[in-house]
Amino acid sequence: MMKRLVYINDDDQAHDLYCDNRISNRKYTVLNFLPKNLWEQFSRFMNQYFLLIACLQLWPLITPVNPASTWGPLIFIFAVSATKEAWDDYNRYLSDKKANEKQVWVVKKGVKKHIRAQDIHVGNLVWLRENDEVPCDLVLIGTSEPLGLCHIETCALDGETDLKTRAIASACAGIELELLHKIKGVIECPEPDKDIRRFDANMRLFPPFIDNDVCPLTIKNTILQSCYLRNTEWVCGVAIYAGNETKLGMSRGVPEPKLTAMDAMIDKLTGAIFVFQIVVVIVLGVAGNVWKDIEARKWYVQYPNEGPWYELLVIPLRFELLCSIMIPISIKVSLDLVKSLYAKFIDWDQEMTDLETRTPSHAANTAISEDLGQVEYILTDKTGTLTENKMIFKRCCISGTFYGNESGDALKDLKLLNAVSCGSPDVIQFLTVMSICNTVIPMQSKNGVLSYKAQSQDEEALVRAAAQLNMVFVKKNASILEINFNASLLQYELLDTLEFTSDRKKMSIVVRDCQKGKIFLLSKGADETILPCARTGQQTRTFSEAVEQYAQMGLRTLCVAWRELREDEYQEWSLSFKEANSTLVDREWRVSEVCQRLEVGLEILGVAAIEDRLQDGVPETIETLRKAGINFWMLTGDKQSTAIQIALSCNFVSPEPKGQLLLINGKTEDEVCRSLDRVLLTMRITNSEPKDVAFVIDGWALEIALKYHRKAFTELSILSRTAICCRVTPSQKAQLVGILKSCDYRTLAIGDGGNDVRMIQQADIGVGISGREGLQAARAADYSIGKFRFLKRLILVHGRYSYNRTAFLSQYSFYKSLLICFIQIFFSFVSGVSGSSLFNSVSLMAYNVFYTSIPVLVSVLDKDLSERTVMQHPQILFYCQAGRLLNPSTFAGWFGRSLFHAIVVFIITIHAYANEKSEIEEMSMVALSGCIWLQAFVVAIETNSFTILQHLAIWGNLLGFYIINWIISAVPAAGMYTIMFRLCKQPSYWITMFLIVVCGMGPVVALKYFRYTYRSSKINILQQAERLGGPILSLGSIETQQRSLERELSALSISQPKSRSAVYEPLLLDSPSATRRSFGPGQHPLLDSPSATRRSFGLGQHTDFRTRNYKDN
Amino acid sequence: MNSDGPSSTSGVGGSADLATPRRNSKRPKYSKFTQQELPACKPILTPGWVISSFLLVGIVFIPIGLASLLASRNVVELVDRYETACIPDGFKKDKVKFIQSDSNKTCNRNLRVKKDMKPPIYVYYQLDNFYQNHRRYVKSRSDQQLKSKNKENETDDCKPEATINGKAILPCGLIAWSLFNDTYSFSRSSQKLQVNKKDISWKSDRDHKFGKDVFPKNFQNRTVKGGATLNASIPLNKQEDLIVWMRTAALPTFRKLYGKIEVELKKGDVIQVTLENNYNTYSFNGKKKLVLSTTKWIGGKNDFIGIAYLTVGGLCFLLALSFGIIYFVKPRRLGDPTYLSWNRNPGGGSNN
Repeated sequence: MMKRLVYINDDDQAHDLYCDNRISNRKYTVLNFLPKNLWEQFSRFMNQYFLLIACLQLWPLITPVNPASTWGPLIFIFAVSATKEAWDDYNRYLSDKKANEKQVWVVKKGVKKHIRAQDIHVGNLVWLRENDEVPCDLVLIGTSEPLGLCHIETCALDGETDLKTRAIASACAGIELELLHKIKGVIECPEPDKDIRRFDANMRLFPPFIDNDVCPLTIKNTILQSCYLRNTEWVCGVAIYAGNETKLGMSRGVPEPKLTAMDAMIDKLTGAIFVFQIVVVIVLGVAGNVWKDIEARKWYVQYPNEGPWYELLVIPLRFELLCSIMIPISIKVSLDLVKSLYAKFIDWDQEMTDLETRTPSHAANTAISEDLGQVEYILTDKTGTLTENKMIFKRCCISGTFYGNESGDALKDLKLLNAVSCGSPDVIQFLTVMSICNTVIPMQSKNGVLSYKAQSQDEEALVRAAAQLNMVFVKKNASILEINFNASLLQYELLDTLEFTSDRKKMSIVVRDCQKGKIFLLSKGADETILPCARTGQQTRTFSEAVEQYAQMGLRTLCVAWRELREDEYQEWSLSFKEANSTLVDREWRVSEVCQRLEVGLEILGVAAIEDRLQDGVPETIETLRKAGINFWMLTGDKQSTAIQIALSCNFVSPEPKGQLLLINGKTEDEVCRSLDRVLLTMRITNSEPKDVAFVIDGWALEIALKYHRKAFTELSILSRTAICCRVTPSQKAQLVGILKSCDYRTLAIGDGGNDVRMIQQADIGVGISGREGLQAARAADYSIGKFRFLKRLILVHGRYSYNRTAFLSQYSFYKSLLICFIQIFFSFVSGVSGSSLFNSVSLMAYNVFYTSIPVLVSVLDKDLSERTVMQHPQILFYCQAGRLLNPSTFAGWFGRSLFHAIVVFIITIHAYANEKSEIEEMSMVALSGCIWLQAFVVAIETNSFTILQHLAIWGNLLGFYIINWIISAVPAAGMYTIMFRLCKQPSYWITMFLIVVCGMGPVVALKYFRYTYRSSKINILQQAERLGGPILSLGSIETQQRSLERELSALSISQPKSRSAVYEPLLLDSPSATRRSFGPGQHPLLDSPSATRRSFGLGQHTDFRTRNYKDN
Repeated sequence: MNSDGPSSTSGVGGSADLATPRRNSKRPKYSKFTQQELPACKPILTPGWVISSFLLVGIVFIPIGLASLLASRNVVELVDRYETACIPDGFKKDKVKFIQSDSNKTCNRNLRVKKDMKPPIYVYYQLDNFYQNHRRYVKSRSDQQLKSKNKENETDDCKPEATINGKAILPCGLIAWSLFNDTYSFSRSSQKLQVNKKDISWKSDRDHKFGKDVFPKNFQNRTVKGGATLNASIPLNKQEDLIVWMRTAALPTFRKLYGKIEVELKKGDVIQVTLENNYNTYSFNGKKKLVLSTTKWIGGKNDFIGIAYLTVGGLCFLLALSFGIIYFVKPRRLGDPTYLSWNRNPGGGSNN
């Protein structure tokens, strides 16, 4: 393993081997911009093709038109892309500069100086003050806090908003502030990597800082770039990684540009057109050469008898250049343009602006709006995405008494308030545990307002609730906890903290009551871990019933317990705890075992229920999107029962008998395999029935399934429209996205926290909710929205319109290019297959750049159906999902249309302008105006809604065509001098135009009408209904109303514990954890809820599998 | 057409929010454009609209077609194909040899006027199978050289007729080189008919494309002569035959104006044409025709537009009729929600 040696506080230049702290996110420099950017642009096939064409055109022998007609647009397109890149890079430069020039305190040559952040070198001592941003990765050597601790906020790094505690290196403990300046030593650490959870290094201090001992360093001793220092007056650290080599810098990869399904389809069609073009070129090239030999007698052409070696190539190459317009050079620019407008529409949309926080939606990725309309799977996070992530203490059950059941809010329950003021001992104990058994740090601001900094939202909710019930946790001073209860100050000395881990699922603290000197163990945790530890003789039935009842309402539950410890018991235990804490091997397991030993015989005080409310409109949104044929998967780190409850309450899964939940469980490979097979079988059988079947899997089983039964699991993923995955890690979330993507499904991942970032980046579309867990997800995402319910509008309105518009725009671009190209090909048949061009260079260039691209750009305003209709009939999204509007067969339609129109224009032109009128300039203008007229009508007939802008663009463009040509015709030097004036004076010109339009559009209209009326698609029907019939009362919406009514009823029924339906019962059972296995080092820490039996959720039939063994404890 | 005005969905995005004070500048600005709520007209293809527009097109097209056809039929046209007839019997086997020989190529043709022809009567020559649009041919010219005196050496595009012995040919290029050189003279009852060869070319060409101080130079000096020679003392803008010829034709069959006869020709008149059959179309089996034609508003004789209009008009009537019949025989309610498959079997989301 590569090592780097960092000499602390060493001004010797020889040791300065590593880069300084200059951050650079720039892709280019001023010098390499042009070559690098050009190289990047030319690595795309389309651009290479256009460049080749443009280069061929420089050869006068073969070029049919002026090279400017290709070079002009090509240079324009390249300039646009390059400018955009340059602008982005300039902005990156500015933000880098801002970070680089921030002033920091650094020790240089033994003196503390204020220097720019970019001048920090590896090994420098950096001083930070409270609320400073960490400029580079540091190893802590000193802080203001007595225990050598400091608090940092790592939001920008991992998205977690809670405060984390970091400690100084043990070797530096106790070094005086003045001496810190002079500290010398060496740190041996790994080469820079991007793992923000690992740092294995050693530090050795040089004399006079005594010991030559090697002091080990871990990630706990570091503070990383971009974190913020909080609640700590100052810290001092040694820079170990700087600049782009920090952990953050290393992980800052450029995300792969996402390609939409539509782009892929357009590329495919472009490829097909390219092949077609090659075929045309070969056929015409051969024909041209043959024709040339036969007609060599045409004396007026003067073919030389002996040509150069490349003579056979000349005609094919000429045709290649003639046909190069088949692939529209403008399509990329037009698409980029409209795509950024789609993104703007999302940004501008007021209906997607979160009124509470006043955050508008934002499309960070402007290139993938069409994909929104083609989403097939939505993978959603639960907490903060479906729910508000605003934890509120709602109910509790203290020693058998339920509080908050009547009013729905325990804090307003008079019974509880009375109990508090009366000083009921149970309630006071309960509140004490609530307020201090946690890792919350109370913070008193200068004006006396108390605020809490908590690692978990649940703890904060409990502390706040306790504070409202007069049990105010006011101060945490080293190991002294102060509570203010009814104006009397209680002090506890914190002896030990038995930390929360996801295995233990509980946390405890040991405190000594400073007044009475008694020692208490205070615990809180999940019911399945606390209730089994109840002291023998205590009835836990009430509590488990309370848990059950609360869970049904979708509340998160925490059991609260305590126990008084004897002094000697504690002392004994304390020793073994210290020993376990200092072991090097299997430390975590040892500690948890020791903790387990103390957490027995607890007096259960009660159950607290915390509400994480569903966001507004979540059930409606899910229901609408499911109707639109989108499948939902819920991926959550939360536990199974909560996940299922939330899933039920937000329409994610239907209640029995319509829905059925299949559980995949197991801890060994074998169990998972059997479980998986079973579920698969059920899934296959029920697939034909109109039933909502969902599978539920937890992280551990998922790990095994992905490792050993990937194929079966993939099949399951395809079969299942709904899935709930609980207890999954961020990387598993990303893996699940990967599985769906590998089956060619379009996936959308939506989440709000740092743990969703990987999933969001992996998915075709990542949506971030700019919520409470920070902006991490929103920053990584392609779209950020304020609330989950905006997803409906994002997909159904913006996604669908974008898809429809791009489908039209791209196919139309090919249509118009093919149209003019076909005319050129036809013309070559009457020009001796020699490769002459009917149109002049100016017309060809203007045709692509002006005449045909402007009308189609306003198709970004087109709406086939009103937003309301789409919302009422979300099923219509199917047309987008299945790619019905852009696929080879629709493309064939446009291809046929362009062929037909080319025939119409060409035949009519050569007949109407035959004999004495067959002057080439005039004829080319007649054919060109024919094309322009036709394309105006084509755009018009394909437009569903005409706004004033569309009329302006379509008809204004037609007028513009004449104006431009009149101007060109007025220039004597131009090739087409006077042509347009001559034509416009001829009645036969206008008659010809009229004929072309009717011949070209008549069949199109007739066919469209026929299809529209007699073979109408669902879109057509809705259009007709919308425009003829006023409000559409569809059976679908009636059904929706019924459903929602039903849901309200069922919601009511949940809140009445007595009348709850049997449907929910099986879902309530949580995993009994009667036995805890000890984990071997190789086992997954996620291992939990060891229900040995496979279970399926569902009505009746599955109850056999249930084991309700925890009651026996 | 049915237009339902602004397709606004609800008031949520609209006025309700405008009232609230804007504290956050990030808030999107409200306008009909940004909210995609511009008032729009949303036409749909209803049977009424489609049938009546087809009817309308039919009603408009048939009169226009009739008028065009009438105009075209009123054009009197005399066409005489002479390229074979003007070959002496001895050369019928090898026409190319005849045309390349120095023998006398004068040929006499008689044309009988079938209808009265009002002046001006246009005299055209028509070539068939002559590719003036051939790429090698159509590009072989130099517009600058033709236009200005001091650009006579701009002959790069004119290959292979650019220079002779290092001196620029003026006018250069294949087009000029192959200038048509058959000549016609007409007489009626031994009385010569004057052919007016002035103003047969476009005025814009004479004024702006061909210089008045540019004179032919080194033209047709090679051993292999293409077509006509030019009088080196006449400036190019007076060489109207050349100007006409240089307006290349887009099709292999074309007519070019030779001159105008400005007297009326009566029905039954016999016109004697004395022509010099010089131009070689024999090597590529081209036809040569002499055409005398009057004009109408539609131009020369061209039945195509009239026939096309009548056909299209008729077809539109037919379509309108059949759509009407289908509509009455098999009426179909537009926008019937029962046609929506998800309404028929509720619950199925993505069927069909």
